[in-house]
Amino acid sequence: MHTSARWSALLLAPAVLLVAICFVVPIGSIVLRSFTEPELGLATYERLFADPTTLRVLGRTLLVALGAVGLCLLFGYPYAYLMTLVGPDMRAVLMVLVLVPFWTSLMARTFAWVSLLQRDGPVSALLAFAGVPGVTLLGTAAGVMIGMVQILLPYMVLTLSTTLSRIDRGLLTAAQSLGANRYRTFFQVYLPLSLPGVFAGSALVFILALGFYITPQLLGSPRESLIAQVIGVRVERLVDFAGAGGLSLIVLLTTALCLAAAVLAFRPVRAMLGQGGDRR
Amino acid sequence: MSKTNQSPGAPAATLQQTGRSVRLSGLSKHYGDFAAVDGIDMDIRAGELLTLLGASGSGKTTTLSMIAGFTTPTEGTVLIDGEEITRVPPHKRNLGMVFQHYSLFPHMNVRTNVEFPLKQRGVPKAERRRRAMEALEVVELAHRAQARVTELSGGQQQRIALARALVFSPSVLLMDEPFGALDRALREKMQMEVRRIHRELGVTVVFVTHDQQEALTLSDRIAVFERGRIEQVGTPEDLYERPASLHVATFLGESNLLPGTVDGGVFVTRSGSRLSAGSAENGPATLVVRPEHVRVQPATGTGAGIAATVGEVVYLGADKRLVAVTADGEITARIAAAEGYRPGDDVRLGWEPGAAAVFPG
Repeated sequence: MHTSARWSALLLAPAVLLVAICFVVPIGSIVLRSFTEPELGLATYERLFADPTTLRVLGRTLLVALGAVGLCLLFGYPYAYLMTLVGPDMRAVLMVLVLVPFWTSLMARTFAWVSLLQRDGPVSALLAFAGVPGVTLLGTAAGVMIGMVQILLPYMVLTLSTTLSRIDRGLLTAAQSLGANRYRTFFQVYLPLSLPGVFAGSALVFILALGFYITPQLLGSPRESLIAQVIGVRVERLVDFAGAGGLSLIVLLTTALCLAAAVLAFRPVRAMLGQGGDRR
Repeated sequence: MSKTNQSPGAPAATLQQTGRSVRLSGLSKHYGDFAAVDGIDMDIRAGELLTLLGASGSGKTTTLSMIAGFTTPTEGTVLIDGEEITRVPPHKRNLGMVFQHYSLFPHMNVRTNVEFPLKQRGVPKAERRRRAMEALEVVELAHRAQARVTELSGGQQQRIALARALVFSPSVLLMDEPFGALDRALREKMQMEVRRIHRELGVTVVFVTHDQQEALTLSDRIAVFERGRIEQVGTPEDLYERPASLHVATFLGESNLLPGTVDGGVFVTRSGSRLSAGSAENGPATLVVRPEHVRVQPATGTGAGIAATVGEVVYLGADKRLVAVTADGEITARIAAAEGYRPGDDVRLGWEPGAAAVFPG
């Protein structure tokens, strides 16, 4: 027992070391600087919260992340559901289609969107053809959202399909034999059982969306920048490491808070969908 | 926690009912060229417990699935109490169904599982709860109402599934190999439970199994399936004592088979022994006789019957099992425990003319 515990500790050591050096140390140092520069105290945070753009950008970032979660769910859930219905060959095809974007770099995909969304680009032409002329999505919030959802969708689909494929379809047959139509079978049996996947996928997409930098930078407008861009500006242009560290800590805490709230809200939601006979 | 230790008393009044009849008429299901069910006709009487018995692939499960509405027949009709429901979707058929793998909803507790069918029917909350508890009392699990279904044993889960299938007083209860996943002792206990509930509630039950012992134990009548057709329908006694085919005779219980030919009312075995063939037609045939009908006598004189040597005698308590070696192969007999035959004894085997059946082929 003791020997095996020691062995596992030894095996874990490289990973722990890597995380410590590449993650904890930089974060720790930059957060530390937000409390020590220019002098010890909370001056940096007073300065950040006194600036109205901080909260505005933070709010915008959260909204964009939530929007990305919503759209990824809207497109990802039916797709992941379809993957559980088709045969093994078709499932492999659908899986490859999801994974193809991963084979190209994020940068390449974002530049592809730049050329698609630019003024008089293919998307504009298509919209004009559909009767909506003169629309350029590049440099707008909509453009940013399109790019982000395309990049984040695979994470949602992969997480969801794992959960959905484990749902026993015999339960749906049972629900129908007990008098539930398809609609009720979905909302009272299938959806509640899929919630762990919905939750995991949403959390993943939300956290990834909060940190998006390249995509909003290239597809959005500077007037609607997100928190990662603002941090970037502080580091690169203003050389304000204390301010960047402070903002980073604020994002970190906000993310943690959102996740905690979601976890707390999750149980009642499951209970409501699962056992809530009380709604009718 | 209120334990329900008292023996099953009066059944829940609201669950009692008069069962309904089911009529299958010319029912077929084809998958391409393959006929899973091939034109069956059957009347399931109101309130009876009928078993569909057969090997896997014999069409029994497909037939049940067509009654339930999950499989659409290629041809034929399903009627309940004379009303055609062939094209009615499953959720509108009002049939209770119990599945082999329980299929309880893991995100609900025991009581909400049982309330589920009532909720679909818009039953108010208070009544829903009361009826669910009544159904749980019928299966003697009311004290586990708040438990998570994953905390329960297989037998308990299947009893919950049974309560859930009965709580809305379905016109017919369909059971698809419900005890296949349980060990033998538990399976026998559940069979007695189903008999009791069937008797108390009066519901019509259609029960699918491949286990002939289970079919004999449970059924008012048994329908034996073979290759998509029904070979014989009858009471367990009918099927055991008067099988309509060689397949039915060998499928239910233990049988001795003797190959031979029929010639003018006489069955001649391959070694030349001559036995009564009843009214069987001339030609190649197989004679079937149950071990308990085989009489063993000392080989004195030259009486009728087949000459044999005792091969093995096994003491079983109530009786003995004697395996005799004849020129036509081994024949097993059940004899009284007091009989003193030993291996190597020469004997003569015989039976009443009516006790053996002769089938062509």
